[in-house]
Amino acid sequence: MGRYFHSEIDIKSPWHQVLAAFWRRYPNPYSTHVLTEDVLYREVTPSNHLLSRRLLTKTNRLPGWAEHVFPRHMARAVYVLEDSIVDPHAHTLITKTWNLNHNKLMTVVERCLFEEDRSRPSWTKLSREAWISSAIYGLARPIQEFGLSRFKTNQAKAMKGLEYTLSKIQTETPPHLLGDESSEKHKPLPPQATPTATQKPEQFI
Amino acid sequence: MNSVGEACTELKREYDQCFNSWFSEKFLKGDRSGDPCTETFKKYQRCVQKAIKEKDIPIDGVEFMGPIKDKPES
Repeated sequence: MGRYFHSEIDIKSPWHQVLAAFWRRYPNPYSTHVLTEDVLYREVTPSNHLLSRRLLTKTNRLPGWAEHVFPRHMARAVYVLEDSIVDPHAHTLITKTWNLNHNKLMTVVERCLFEEDRSRPSWTKLSREAWISSAIYGLARPIQEFGLSRFKTNQAKAMKGLEYTLSKIQTETPPHLLGDESSEKHKPLPPQATPTATQKPEQFI
Repeated sequence: MNSVGEACTELKREYDQCFNSWFSEKFLKGDRSGDPCTETFKKYQRCVQKAIKEKDIPIDGVEFMGPIKDKPES
């Protein structure tokens, strides 16, 4: 019996920006444990959904007690796949992320749903679920507890990394947006640590 | 951000730039005029798939959206 995690978060930025940030979030100051990032696959389906696959490698940090028990596992980084589906009509992004190696030690499967908040269209809702399991005889429980604890830490970093990237996007002047079909002229938003609920949303599309 | 293939990082950057532009300016705006990034993607993939094989990274045959794990509900 593994461990389960679930959280619901409001991201105070519009959906199209959150998605742009999703693709661009590495590297960021909170992602030093992410070593490499590669897109392996992209496809636009006939129903106009965007499918993507990304490969990440992450450092494999274990707590001290586990390092002594599993020294061999320290040698290789963790390979993580992130598959995703963007639905540009429903304004949703679904992601599934899981590790390809070290699975007997611990397998973490994470599913995220980003969707535009219909009641507050300048916000995006994020629902995150994770399933953490270990198949090591006799140590599964402490390993799963460690895994859950690390997952919580990492998802907090992931949110900080996403907000950091969102701030960067919001302060960029996108030259290719000037003079396009939108009738408003936009100025870059003033730099702010995190987008807050009190800002009036700028319309980019 | 670095590619898993050290030699591929520049090709990855080129592709990422092309994709990020297309994604925000075309795809999300409902423009279906086609993907301008196919050539840079191919060049990038030739490089990165080679690195993946060399490093023995187990991505072959992994189903899209992967493990349909048992979910407690929903």
